[in-house]
Amino acid sequence: MPATLPESRPDFIRVENFSFHYGEKQAIFDIDMAIPEHRVTALIGPSGCGKSTLLRNMNRMNDLIEGVRHEGDIRLNGISLYDPSVEVISLRKRVGMVFQKYNPFAKSIYENVVFSLRVAGRSRKSELDETVERSLKAAALWDEVKDRLHDSAFGLSGGQQQRLCIARAIANQPEILLMDEPCAALDPLATLKIEELITKLSDDYTIVIVTHNMEQATRCSDRTAFLYMGRLIEYGDTLQVFNKPSHPETEAYITGRFS
Amino acid sequence: MATAQPNTPFATTGRSRHGEPWVWLTAGGLTLGVIMALGLFVLILVKGTWSFWPRRIDLMEVSTNGVVEKIAGYITQESERRDAEGMLHEEIQVFRGNRDLNGEAFKYIDRAHILKTSRPESLLLVERLEYGPAIVHGVALVTPDGRVEASAPEFDQALEQTLAAGRETRARLLRIERRQIGAISREMEALGRAERSGTVDPQSAAARTAELQKQFETLQAEAAKLRAGLAESSFIGITADGREMTFPAGSLLGVFASNRADFGERIAEMAHRVWKFLSEDPREANTEGGVFPAIFGTVVMTLVMSLFVTPFGVICAIYLREYARQGHLVRIVRISVNNLAGVPSIVFGVFGLAFFVYFVGGGVDRMFFSDKLPTPTYGTPGILWASLTLAILTLPVVIVATEEALSAVPRGVREAALACGASKWQTIQRIVLPASLPGILTGVILAMARGAGEVAPLMLVGVVKLAPSLPIDDIAPFIHPERKFMHLGFHIYDLGFQSPDAEAAKPIVYATALLLIIVVVTLNLTAILIRNRLKKRFATSSF
Repeated sequence: MPATLPESRPDFIRVENFSFHYGEKQAIFDIDMAIPEHRVTALIGPSGCGKSTLLRNMNRMNDLIEGVRHEGDIRLNGISLYDPSVEVISLRKRVGMVFQKYNPFAKSIYENVVFSLRVAGRSRKSELDETVERSLKAAALWDEVKDRLHDSAFGLSGGQQQRLCIARAIANQPEILLMDEPCAALDPLATLKIEELITKLSDDYTIVIVTHNMEQATRCSDRTAFLYMGRLIEYGDTLQVFNKPSHPETEAYITGRFS
Repeated sequence: MATAQPNTPFATTGRSRHGEPWVWLTAGGLTLGVIMALGLFVLILVKGTWSFWPRRIDLMEVSTNGVVEKIAGYITQESERRDAEGMLHEEIQVFRGNRDLNGEAFKYIDRAHILKTSRPESLLLVERLEYGPAIVHGVALVTPDGRVEASAPEFDQALEQTLAAGRETRARLLRIERRQIGAISREMEALGRAERSGTVDPQSAAARTAELQKQFETLQAEAAKLRAGLAESSFIGITADGREMTFPAGSLLGVFASNRADFGERIAEMAHRVWKFLSEDPREANTEGGVFPAIFGTVVMTLVMSLFVTPFGVICAIYLREYARQGHLVRIVRISVNNLAGVPSIVFGVFGLAFFVYFVGGGVDRMFFSDKLPTPTYGTPGILWASLTLAILTLPVVIVATEEALSAVPRGVREAALACGASKWQTIQRIVLPASLPGILTGVILAMARGAGEVAPLMLVGVVKLAPSLPIDDIAPFIHPERKFMHLGFHIYDLGFQSPDAEAAKPIVYATALLLIIVVVTLNLTAILIRNRLKKRFATSSF
């Protein structure tokens, strides 16, 4: 298996002594970790442990909340996200995001996919058409929707809508794809499809996924980080974390003794 | 089973039964409200429709104090009255027309005084330009070709021809007087101004004035000839009490044989009256004729108001909800906006008069129309200022509705747009605004409903009893935002409380009220249809 994996820079994303506060409340305590390129890294941990906060800092989505501050740094391929020269809009073009609740726009399937191109001012018909086909094929949705690209996105099933959101997130060919519990609102069959998709997408993208589902983490991630109370408890190869956890908290969590 | 066990856990307890009377009270309150609203609407609907129905004309022989009098007319109202001795009198109100002969168009008659009632077919309802309708027995028609007796078989046809000729001549007169003579006087006025300001040399101005004066005289002569032609034919009738009346063809609008007409003809006559009411200008201090200028004024003013209030309100709401830092200042602004909705509308009228009419309008006049001063152009009440005043009046409605709609757009959708690399403005413009459009339109609908029914502020900023011309017409520059206008709401007030003959105006008040309701409902329905179509297009996710 490891032989087929593509080239990977081991510290493509570097989280350096990162702490994060929502006003008075500190959500993340001094996390330090390196996320490898072209791999799937899962963030697991009980609710409120800071995994979503960490994920949402990787495209600076938490900037939208008032009264937040951070210490330390997150570096993307060596460049600090918080560098004054980094424009948050261009950052988000390089870091796509898929949310827990599928949230397509009230537009056609086609317009949903090309949204990121439209806001970037690209509107050449051939480029848009090509993007739609490529993204929907990558999201394994093309065959199901190719005849109704101009219908409303709300006509799709939940699993299809989430795959549409993935297609939308990768339309602009980002380097990193952040997924915040992408299967939480889906039934098992749709979940399976998304998981297959994640494995396939890791060839081209660096994926960071937040999940509550232990099996999902074992099934589709290469690396797993266990967060607890805002701290990084354990981080390593998925198989090792699940089979031979070195911390008692990790073991308690993955065996379901607390959640 | 439950009766066997007094302590059944699911038995209705006294406590939950206790609340039931309140259900009845709340339901009763709603019912009362619905009944009152429905009652008002049905009253207006019935009375408003009834006023167009051509009624049969009764010929009554009435004996008062030993004198027998013949009265022809239709009953408009019945009432009971007790006199000083406690005797019950059934009193009827009869419309007998002939205001020029009798002074009053209505007469109150005690039913006990009526000796005999009949409905002779020779009674005709004559509509004319002045003094309201007349009720006479048809006698004859006098035309340049000779005299046709009412009993002659060709009378109906001859009468129809005379009426048609009269209509055509009146239309031509109107064209000459309003359009052609109007154009000449406008040009002369402009010439006078140009001469004063020195942009045209006095010699050519004088030549042009003389030419215009000649044209004016020709037109006047033509008009006089037409008028004389109108006086050539006339219709002769005899009233119920035996007085002869002559109606020159020029003032004759229509003759309807109410007692001879069958049901179909009466329906046709009613439709004709409704059409005339909707399409004609008012006559005789607004108590006769139609209300077209008022309909037009109401609709145009409401649409122009929406045109101003919608973008302005939406922009305000976007800043308040999306950009402003939600702190004390924003809270104060929001409270102030809400309180603006509670300010009495007449205060807005005073503000509109002071700010828009005198300040803005006066400024516009000084800058662009100084050659016409001291005659104001924009510095006087007009439809533009009325629309702007109402736009301010209805602004809170739009702002509040838009804010609600904006805050109802799910956070997830906004985040998705931002995650796609959209800027905040792109997110608002491409995602948030389309999703909140139905909610915004709800606000606009409420604003239109409020604005279309408002009268008090308009009386200060542009509404008049009788506007000589419409705010949009076929005389360049076609749109005249400075003109005064007529409004259905003000029309109701004017007819009901300011007209010389309140009784005569009553049916038209009901009809106008009905029309105002219909206009407002139509405007709202249009907006609701648009909203529903948008809702379908921008339906938000069901999840």
